[in-house]
Amino acid sequence: MLSYIARRFLEALPVLFLVITICFFLLRLAPGGPFSHEVDIPAATLAQMEAHYGLDRPLFLQYTSYLGNLLRGDLGPSFHYPTRTVNEIIASHLPVSLELGLWGLLIALFVGIGAGVISMIRPDTWLDSAPMGGAMIGICLPTFVLGPLLVLVFSLWLGWFNATGWNTAGDRILPAVTLGLFYAAYIARLTRGGMREIIRQDFIRTARAKGLPGHLVLAKHALRPGILPALAFLGPAAAGLLTGSFVVETVFHIPGLGREFVNAAFNRDYTLVLGVVILFAAMILLFNLLVDIGQVLLNPRQRFE
Amino acid sequence: MSPPAVTAAGRKPQAHLSPSRLAWRRLKANRMAMAGLAFLLFFSGLCVVGPWFSPYSFQEQPRIAEGALPPSAEHWLGTDHRGRDLATRLFHGGRISLMVGLLATAVSLSIGVVYGSLSGFLGGKSDSVMMRIVDILYALPFTVFVILLMVFFGRSLILLFLAIGAVEWLTMARIVRGQVLSLKQTAFVEAARILGQRPRKLLSGHILPNALGPIIVYTALTIPNVMLLEAFVSFLGLGVQPPMSSLGLLINDGRTSMEGAPWLLLAPGIAFAMTLFSLNFLGDGIRDAFDPKKET
Repeated sequence: MLSYIARRFLEALPVLFLVITICFFLLRLAPGGPFSHEVDIPAATLAQMEAHYGLDRPLFLQYTSYLGNLLRGDLGPSFHYPTRTVNEIIASHLPVSLELGLWGLLIALFVGIGAGVISMIRPDTWLDSAPMGGAMIGICLPTFVLGPLLVLVFSLWLGWFNATGWNTAGDRILPAVTLGLFYAAYIARLTRGGMREIIRQDFIRTARAKGLPGHLVLAKHALRPGILPALAFLGPAAAGLLTGSFVVETVFHIPGLGREFVNAAFNRDYTLVLGVVILFAAMILLFNLLVDIGQVLLNPRQRFE
Repeated sequence: MSPPAVTAAGRKPQAHLSPSRLAWRRLKANRMAMAGLAFLLFFSGLCVVGPWFSPYSFQEQPRIAEGALPPSAEHWLGTDHRGRDLATRLFHGGRISLMVGLLATAVSLSIGVVYGSLSGFLGGKSDSVMMRIVDILYALPFTVFVILLMVFFGRSLILLFLAIGAVEWLTMARIVRGQVLSLKQTAFVEAARILGQRPRKLLSGHILPNALGPIIVYTALTIPNVMLLEAFVSFLGLGVQPPMSSLGLLINDGRTSMEGAPWLLLAPGIAFAMTLFSLNFLGDGIRDAFDPKKET
């Protein structure tokens, strides 16, 4: 098991290196510099600014020094906010995004697995069709439609929640639902499919035959293998939650990293964009690794492969 | 070919129907898929001809002083805060969203089929290297790449669907590769090879036509994803640029003015959700129709 983790970890490192390299050169090769939106800069000042940030040096030297700083954990200065470093910006906004993502993930898991299990207990009745119909709606309502709709109904019309902000506990509900509902819907479908496959297996029949009550058969024998497809989906889901945070944080005016990334893209703040992309890629790779380990733990058949 | 024999019960035996005819017959029996198809035909028809018949322009603002008006007999879906007819803008935006959806799907289809079939056909070392690359790309946050491409290389329509197509081909490549790998070992391909068929013709003339079913199925399932990505990018303001409209852009406009004028959010939001609904149901229906394990 340890060697498996070590191997997967070593495999992820070159991928991360590749992402850093591609993104670095992609951003540097793009037409227009980070200061090109500030129209009236005299040529001398511009040259000075570029020298200050080391942009006048050969591209390859910029790349190696960026890599060197990265190894020391330094993502460089922001091009747009002269007094702040990328590290500071990430440190102040990341916790908000992580909290939002965590709530979203919890909703996705609990609502998704719950709805999936309920719908497979009595197939082809309303207990099945109602959650699955809801799941289809959840899949077809993208975050940027769902979020504003929730604000319209629950904040502007009913007045239950604040329309924007991130201060009280109530402020967490609408953004988390917006972020998590799509994945809850997807996980519900995967869980239902996985469980229906499992309950046809011989070992479930054995468990029933020895007189175990139905709910215990489900909880003790069927649930663990049944949620494997949903667990495998958590890797892509984490990536989706990250990008979903762009929309949710914009709609609800949440001071998280997703909104900061979109603003940085508009401002052509190269170092901030690059830093956030590297962070996201690293987080996704790490999460995928955790999901794979979790799969091996839940599925003994995979342990010997 | 002789016409299919009619049995005593008056029903045609199924063995005489071609697979695509069978699939179409199964699809017709699927009510949700047909409802989806009907809505898509209706909506895309409106989007194509609507702007021509509309007396209003999608970009000129002759009534800007009046602001957003609620739906009325004159403006069926109301007007936006610049006094433009929302219905006209919705059809125009739908036109662009559907167009980007189809073109980006075509791009991802071409890349995926070429890459996947090459990987499967070549086999061996090159296959494992090519598939390893796909595995690696799977792990990356792709939406971020589309955003990067749009921001740093200009926000043009052509770039938008190229960028989306360039990130949505991975699953298609995997599916095609699997098909090619298994078809490569069948007797009829072996026979064609022994008869001296060139490798290129072997792939394009014998193997790929037989992989068409899964390719069609996955293409149908790709279109909603692609449209979603386009709307997402446009919603953030990084895709289709005003005064042109797209469904994502309209939803973002509606969001900013929903407090006084909720119809600006509701109309494009519902139109987009219905389109995604229909595409998903149709895609699921096509997948079931091509599934040999299901009977009619």
